[in-house]
Amino acid sequence: MSEFQASSSPQIVPMESDSTEPSSPQIGSIGDFLRFLLSEMKPKGKLITPFNVISSIIVAVGLVLIVIRFVYGIGAITNLDQENPWGIWIGFDVVTGVAMAGGAYVMTFIVYILGRKRYHSIVRSVVLNGFLAYLFYAGALMLDLGRPWNIINPIIGNNFGVSSVLFLVAWHFMLYMAAELIEFSPAIAEWLGMKKLRKVLGGLTIASVIFGITLSTLHQSGLGALFLMAESKIHPLWYTEFIPVLFLVSSVFAGLSMVILEGSLSHKVFADRLSKDLHHHHDDITIGLGKICAGAMFVYFFLKVLVLIHGQQWDLLMTGWGAWFLVEFIGFVLIPLALFYRAVQEENVKMVKVAAALALTGIILNRINISVIAFNWFAENPYTPHWAEYWVTATIICLEIWALRWIVNRMPVLGDPPAWARDMDH
Amino acid sequence: MERRDFLKNLCIAGASAVGVAAAGEAEAAHEKKEFVSVLVDTTRCIGCRNCEVACATENGLPIPDNKDKTVFDAIREMTPDQWTVVNRFDTDNGEIFVKKQCMHCNQAACSTACLTQAMYKTENGPVIWRANKCMGCRFCMVSCPFVVPKFEYHSANPKIQKCILCYERLEDGGIPACVESCPVDALQFGTRRDMVRIARNRVADFPERYIDHVYGENEVGGTGWLYLSEVPFDQIGFRDDLSHEPVPALTQEFLYAVPVVFLLWPAFLNGMRYMKTEDEEETQIAEIYNPGDES
Ligand code: SF4
Ligand code: SF4
Repeated sequence: MSEFQASSSPQIVPMESDSTEPSSPQIGSIGDFLRFLLSEMKPKGKLITPFNVISSIIVAVGLVLIVIRFVYGIGAITNLDQENPWGIWIGFDVVTGVAMAGGAYVMTFIVYILGRKRYHSIVRSVVLNGFLAYLFYAGALMLDLGRPWNIINPIIGNNFGVSSVLFLVAWHFMLYMAAELIEFSPAIAEWLGMKKLRKVLGGLTIASVIFGITLSTLHQSGLGALFLMAESKIHPLWYTEFIPVLFLVSSVFAGLSMVILEGSLSHKVFADRLSKDLHHHHDDITIGLGKICAGAMFVYFFLKVLVLIHGQQWDLLMTGWGAWFLVEFIGFVLIPLALFYRAVQEENVKMVKVAAALALTGIILNRINISVIAFNWFAENPYTPHWAEYWVTATIICLEIWALRWIVNRMPVLGDPPAWARDMDH
Repeated sequence: MERRDFLKNLCIAGASAVGVAAAGEAEAAHEKKEFVSVLVDTTRCIGCRNCEVACATENGLPIPDNKDKTVFDAIREMTPDQWTVVNRFDTDNGEIFVKKQCMHCNQAACSTACLTQAMYKTENGPVIWRANKCMGCRFCMVSCPFVVPKFEYHSANPKIQKCILCYERLEDGGIPACVESCPVDALQFGTRRDMVRIARNRVADFPERYIDHVYGENEVGGTGWLYLSEVPFDQIGFRDDLSHEPVPALTQEFLYAVPVVFLLWPAFLNGMRYMKTEDEEETQIAEIYNPGDES
């Protein structure tokens, strides 16, 4: 507590008065709080930008589509059918989205468990990105549920289908979102200027990190395990009992590749919000992440080869499906793997980014292959998504970007926390 | 019954925060009671489609016109409002009619998949669906090896639709409506043990009439519906590449690993935190930021 009191003095005389130093509001009452919130609701920056215009149109149409879906049923705006019950809303939004959000658990592992403090300056934004991805992409699941009102059953324990992998995944989503929110919450407290709360929340970080990593290990692999029972429907080149392990390992580099790309993007977009530290170390960080990606991808590549040898399906490689498999395997696993290695050796930041982009494409391909393309591969009328399915997906992405932008522009995410908060941790 | 439920709930409460367990035990307990079964002898079926009409009548579905023979021109699948269909196959041995519906698997993939137990394997064997529990995730459809559950894609209050083996009629001591309606005894109802025995006897007694394969005896660990045929089953619309292993076994290992990971991983991670060697250089860079670590 004494620490806490001492910490209020540097706040009055800010140490660095650069633009990244956020000012903490003085909140004494509920009225203050509401007034502060209201003032923060106002958009910052120019309203009419190309991105804003385009995304507004996408969201407006998307909301109409969503209304149509709830009035006329899922079939009204999707091409799902009795043989293909899951389309891209599950295959891309949920299954791929969650893999790409894996950066949060990997980064918290690196920073809080392994103690690599070099990466500390990006942890907050990674956790925030992860949280929003879960909130929006897993939230998109609600659109795909035919009877969403009954989601309450597995939550309140009305009916626990404990033998169901989906039960496990659903619960882990919810718990993990809570863990990520706790990990991020110090930033919220700093934004509100609530020092006591900040202290309490900061103390919860380690516990929620450990909890979060455990949950992630299980549900990243659990997403793969969802497809285990579809053995008779998934093309043998993609079906293996090791899907859960492959999903877990690939979520490591998928998540980090996303962090690399997101990082360089927000570096440009939010240039005025960056901390000095992050600014200086950005290239180092990118190279470092590339190194980890190279390692994880090597393990993934190795496992894939093992699975292939184990399955002894060489003849299948000679078919059209085999060619498609090789596109994924060589073009988007082997090549990005090689690029990561070279980029790290040459300390070439650009090449790391290219490798990350290829690796991410590979993950999208892999998840979509398992859940959509190679699922019911023998079907005479394969499922192709309705344009509205893409549109709704785009809507979700736009909404997520809006939320992200709103938060980054207000809370200390990319920039330094206020001085009082930094002192608190010291 | 109550005691068992209580214990089960206790287990669930204990395991739920952790994840999942005890799935296998529940299935094993089910096996003790004898499941009901229907034996379909495709060599007897005349394609009258009385069963389709009986099913629709019993379950309040639109009643098909069984005078219309043109439906046989194409192979039909079940639909949300048709829980059973009879198809005609032109085989080496001429026309064969085959009734199709949910197989009521001994270890049903659909009910294992269902996270709300809406899809539910009852103690007697019928796999039923319960509207007040289902959240419409369609994981049952993804998991069913026979592509049976159908979803109402064009409804704001969609249901999963499939044969429920006239569950309520059986409760009242009756037999399934389709079995009752069959004029030539192509369908026979009884305990699974009896039906397997009868099927086996028929194959043994008339080897020239039947191939030596009772479909459903071993497929996916055994199904409630059993089929006899004079031609290999892939000629009459069945997949003969299905494993004899129950489908739920495919996820069992994963589910068993979950509680273990949940117990060991956090302890391991926490241990790692203390084992990490202080990397001087790294520590200097951003020591100030490690929240909650030291206090
Ligand atoms: S056939 Fe399909 S729907 Fe019927 S019990 Fe088996 S898994 Fe379930
Ligand atoms: S759609 Fe309904 S019955 Fe099928 S798995 Fe989901 S909740 Fe269970």
